[in-house]
Amino acid sequence: MFLLSIFLPLSSFLFCITLNKRLKDEYICISSSFILIFSSICAFLSFLNLETNQDQAIVLSNWINSGSFSVDWSVQYNLLSSSMVLMVNFVSTLIHIYSVGYMVKDDRKVIFMGYLGLFTFFMLFLVSSSNLLQLFLGWEGVGLTSYLLIGFWYKKNQANVAAIKAFVVNRVGDFGLILALFATFIVFGTLNINEILLLLESQNTTRVEFLGFQFHSITLIVVLIFIGCMGKSAQFGLHVWLPDAMEGPTPVSALIHAATMVTAGVFLLIILSPLIEESSQISRSIILIIGTITCIFASSVAIFQNDIKRIIAYSTCSQLGYMFMAIGVSAYSVAYFHLLSHAFFKALLFLGAGSIIHSMSDEQNIKKMGGLYNKIPLTYITMLIGSFSLMGLPFLSGYYSKDLIIEFIYLGQSNIKIYAYIISIVSVLFTTIYSVRLLIYVFHRENRSDEKVFAHIHESPLIMILPLTILSIFAIFFGMLMNSYFAGESLFKVWGEFMFINNDINDEYTIGNVPILVKKSPLFAIIFGIFICFLIYFTFKEYSQALKKRLMILVNFFENKLYIDEIYNFIFVKTSFYLGKGFWKSIDTDLIDNLGPNGISRLVGSFGKVVSRFQSGYLYHYVLSVVVGLTLFLSIYIYIL
Amino acid sequence: MLNLPILPILIALPLVGLAFVLLSPEGDDFAKESKKSAIWTSSSTFLLSLYLPINFDKSIPHFQFVNTFSWFNSDNLRFSLGVDGLSMPFVILSTFLILLCIIFIYPQNKKNMKMYLASFLLLESFLIGAFSAIDLFSFYVFFESILIPMYLLIGFWGGERRIYSAYKFFLYTFLGSVLMLVAIIFLYQEFGTISIPKLLDTTLPFYLQVWLWLAFFSSFAVKIPMWPFHTWLPDAHVEAPTEGSVILAGILLKLGGYGFIRFNLSLLPDASIFFTPFIYFLSVVAIIYTSFIALVQEDMKKLIAYSSVAHMGFVTLGIFSANIQGLHGAVIQMISHGLISAALFFCIGSIYNRFHTKQIAYFGGLNSKLPKLSILFLIFTLGSIGFPGTSGFVGEFLTLLAAYSKNTIVAFISAFGVILAASYMLILYKKVFLGITNENLKTKVNDLSIFELIVYVKLTFLILLIGIKPDIILDFTTSSLDRITKFYPISIF
Repeated sequence: MFLLSIFLPLSSFLFCITLNKRLKDEYICISSSFILIFSSICAFLSFLNLETNQDQAIVLSNWINSGSFSVDWSVQYNLLSSSMVLMVNFVSTLIHIYSVGYMVKDDRKVIFMGYLGLFTFFMLFLVSSSNLLQLFLGWEGVGLTSYLLIGFWYKKNQANVAAIKAFVVNRVGDFGLILALFATFIVFGTLNINEILLLLESQNTTRVEFLGFQFHSITLIVVLIFIGCMGKSAQFGLHVWLPDAMEGPTPVSALIHAATMVTAGVFLLIILSPLIEESSQISRSIILIIGTITCIFASSVAIFQNDIKRIIAYSTCSQLGYMFMAIGVSAYSVAYFHLLSHAFFKALLFLGAGSIIHSMSDEQNIKKMGGLYNKIPLTYITMLIGSFSLMGLPFLSGYYSKDLIIEFIYLGQSNIKIYAYIISIVSVLFTTIYSVRLLIYVFHRENRSDEKVFAHIHESPLIMILPLTILSIFAIFFGMLMNSYFAGESLFKVWGEFMFINNDINDEYTIGNVPILVKKSPLFAIIFGIFICFLIYFTFKEYSQALKKRLMILVNFFENKLYIDEIYNFIFVKTSFYLGKGFWKSIDTDLIDNLGPNGISRLVGSFGKVVSRFQSGYLYHYVLSVVVGLTLFLSIYIYIL
Repeated sequence: MLNLPILPILIALPLVGLAFVLLSPEGDDFAKESKKSAIWTSSSTFLLSLYLPINFDKSIPHFQFVNTFSWFNSDNLRFSLGVDGLSMPFVILSTFLILLCIIFIYPQNKKNMKMYLASFLLLESFLIGAFSAIDLFSFYVFFESILIPMYLLIGFWGGERRIYSAYKFFLYTFLGSVLMLVAIIFLYQEFGTISIPKLLDTTLPFYLQVWLWLAFFSSFAVKIPMWPFHTWLPDAHVEAPTEGSVILAGILLKLGGYGFIRFNLSLLPDASIFFTPFIYFLSVVAIIYTSFIALVQEDMKKLIAYSSVAHMGFVTLGIFSANIQGLHGAVIQMISHGLISAALFFCIGSIYNRFHTKQIAYFGGLNSKLPKLSILFLIFTLGSIGFPGTSGFVGEFLTLLAAYSKNTIVAFISAFGVILAASYMLILYKKVFLGITNENLKTKVNDLSIFELIVYVKLTFLILLIGIKPDIILDFTTSSLDRITKFYPISIF
C-alpha cells in the first residue's frame, strides 16, 4: 500500500508520456488526476494502518555494491515518512486537479501533467528513502523536474535561463550534500540513515581531516549537509534561483516552490536531528544565523516587489527561514509543524495567485491590478484566508505554527537567541506589510489594467476553485486541530522515536514559562503592520509617495534584491566564461599546441632545412666533412683507449 | 559447456565479414549488399561475444577463455588471448558499439561506402584483439594497428581540416606508443617472457618501475587523454565522421584507462604510488580546466570532446585511488562514458545529417523540428552530468568517493566539475533545442528514422539499466579488481 502510494505518480508520468497524442488530451489529464487521487487514498490508508512507533524498512533490491560500500533500494515506512508522503500526495493531487483547469488552453498539457507526476514521484522517493544515496536521487530528481517545469514554456528565453539557474544553483547545494555523503561514509561506513543514528554514540568524538584541517566529524557532516539544504530550501546566499523560478506555470510554483521541494532541506535536517544534536553548538548556530538572515532579508525584499508571484516566492523564502530558525534552536517538531501548515496556506496563496493571473489574462504585475474583490469573490476569499494564515492571525494554521516557533526561539538555549527572537518579530511585521500591500493592490484600489483586460475579468472555473476551497479549509483548521501533537505533553509520545525532542524546552513550554508579552508580541506586530499599511495606502497617500522619493536609494536597493544577482553574475558567471576563453585560446591553442605537436613538426622541419644545407653538391664541402668526421672519431677512439 | 576457442573466433569473424563486404558486387549506388554483409557480421559478432558473460566464472580472478598459439617458433614469444573481469566488459562494449555504428550507417550514403564499412570491421577485430591480448607483444601490435583504420576514417572521410587532425592524432598517439615499445622490449629482456599473467607474479626494483611506469604512462596518457596531452582529441572529433567519433570516444579512449589498470597499476604498483600525487594533479586540472573550456565552445562536437576529457579525469582519479570503489567506479565510468558520449555523438550526427553544420549558433528551438531527438538528447545530457539513476552517476560517485577517502582536497576540487558539467551541458541544450525556432531551420526535415531510433533506444535502455543496477557489470569485475587491490601496497596518502 505504502509502495503503491509512492510509485503510482511514476506510473502517471509514464502513462502521460506514452499515450501523449494517442488519446484525447482531456482524457489523459483527467485520468492522471485520478491516478493521483488513488495514490492519495493509498497514502491515507497506509498512514492510518501505521502502528504506534512502527519503523519498517521495505527493501526492494540492492543498488550499488562495491567492497565495503553497499546501498539498497529501500523505503522507510514510519510516522514521519508516511505523514510527509500523505501531505505531498494530497497537495499534489489538488494541484493536478487545478492544473486540468489552469492549463486547458496549452497544447502541451499532457506533458505538463506527466512532469507533475514525475516530480511527485521523486519527492515521495526523497522523503521515504531509508538511505542517503537514494535520498540524493530524489533530491536531484526534484531538481531536474523543477528544471523541466520552470522551463516548460521553452520558447521564452527568460524561462530557459531561470531553469538553468535553478538547476545550477541547486547543484551548488548538491555539491555540499555529496561531500557530506562521502564524509558520512568515511566516518560511519554506511549511508543507511538508521544505522548512522545507531552509530552516533560511538563516533561523537572522532575527528576527520577535511581540506587539510582536522574537524569534529559530525559537525563537519552537519555543516556540509546544511549547504545542500541551503541550495534546495533557498536560504540566503543560494536563494537566487527561487524568485526567478516563478517563470514557470503557476501550479508548478505552488507544488514545487512552495509546498514540497523547497521544504526538502528542512525535512532532511529533521530526519537527521539526532545527528545535529551530536554536533557541536557551532553548527546549530550557523543554521540559526542563516535562517534568521534569510527570514528578515526575504520578507523585507518582498515588500518592494511588484510581481505577485515574486512576492509570494520571497515570502516562501522567509517562511523557510523560520523553519531553519526552529531547527537552529533544536525545536524540530515545531519546524515540521510549520512545514506542514506552510504547505497548505502557501499552496493556497499560489493557486489563488494563479487564479488571479488567469482571470487577468496573464497579468502578473500587482500595480496593474486593483478592485478585483467583487469581480472574483471566491478567489478573494481564499486569498484572504491564505494571507491571514501566512501573517499568523489568531486561530488560523499559521498562527499556531509560527507562534510556536517564536516561543521556542525565546525558550531555546542558543546564546544568540535574543537577536533571533527580535528579528523573528520584526519579520512578522514585514510579513504583515507585504501581505496587506498585496491584498490592497490587487483587490481594493481602483483598477489600473487595460480596458480590454478589465472587461475580460472572470471567475475561474469550478475545477480550479475546488482545490482552493479544500486548501482553505486546511489553512484554517489544520493548526487548530494538530497543534497539540507537535508541542506540549504528548510530543514525546508521538515523535520521540523519529526525531530528536528537546525535553527541556518542551517542558518549559508545557508548564507555560513563556511571558505573556512574548506570547502576544507577534499579534502586536501584526496589528501594528496593518495599521502602518492603512496609514500608507489610505490616510497619507501623498506623504508616502514623497517619502518614497526621498528614500529612492534605499527603495532601489531593495527593489533590486540587494543586487545579489548582479554580484553573482559578475563574480561567477562572467569569470567562468572568461576563464574558459582564456584556457582555450591561450593555453590549449597557443601554449600546448605550439610547444607540442605543431612545435615538434616545426622543429623537424627546420632541422631538416639546416641539415639539407650540408647537401650542397660541392666536392670540397664533402671532403671537409669527411676530414672533420674522421678526426673526431679517431680522437674519441684514442681517448677511450 | 562447449569449449569454443571463442576469442580467436571473435577476432577472425569481422575479418571474414570484411572479405564479404569487399567482394560484394559493384554497381549499386548505396552499396546495399556490402551494408547487409556488414550488419550480418557485426550482429553475429556481438551475439557471439555474449558467449563470454554467459560462460564467465565470476569467482575466478584470473584470465579465462585462454588460447595460445606459438609465434616466431619460440616458447617465450607466444601469442595468447584471454579475458578477465576487467577486459570482458570492454570486449562487449566494442562489439556493441560497432554494431550500433553499422546500423547508424545503414540508411546513409557516403563516398566509397565499401571501404568505410571495411574500416569499421577491421577496427572491431583489432579492438577485440587489444582488449583480449594477454601477452605484451600482441597487445602492442593490436594497440598500434587500431591507429591505421582510425587514421583512415579521419583522414579520408573527415571534414575540412581532416589532414591536419589525422596527422596530429597519429603523431601524438604514436610518439607515446614508441616509448611503450621500449618498455615492452625491456621487460622481455629482463624476464624472458611477455605473458602478462606470468609478469603479474614478478616484482621489479623501484627505480626500474619508475622508468617503465613513465614509458607506459606516455602511451596511455595520450590515449585516454590526460591534460596536457589532450589537444589532439577535440580536433580529431571535430573532423572525424559521426561513427568515427563514436568509436573514438566510445572505445578508443578506454584503451588508455584499461592500460593504466592492466599495466601501470598491476605491474608497477610501487611506482604507481610514487606518481599518485602527479596523477591526481593532472586529473583535477583536466576536470576543472576542460569544463571551463567546454563552457565557451562554439562547435557541438568540440564541446562533447572537451567534456570527455573531464570525464576521463574522473577515471584516472578512480584508478589511482586504487581501492575497490575507485576501480569499480573507473570501470563503470568508462563503460558509461562509452555509452553516453557515443549517444551524444550519434545525436549530433543525426543533426548534422539534416542541417550539415555543427555550429551551436546556427541552431535554436530545434525541439519543435525534432521532438523525439530533443527528449533523447535530454536523457543523454542527464547521463553526462551524472544524474542519479543514470550510469554516469554511479561512475562519478564511486570515483569521487574513492578519491575522498585518499585526499579530501582532490575530491573537493573535482566535485566542482559536477557543477560545471551541469552548466555547460544545459547551456548547450538550451542553445540548440530550446527557445524560438531559428530562421535557419525553416527547411523541412525528416523525423528520426527507424535505424536511428533503434540505436537511441538501445543506448537509453543500457544507460538507465546500468544506473539502476550497476551490479550487472560490477559483479563480473569484482574478483579481478580485488586481486589488484589486494597486492597493492598500502599507500601513504
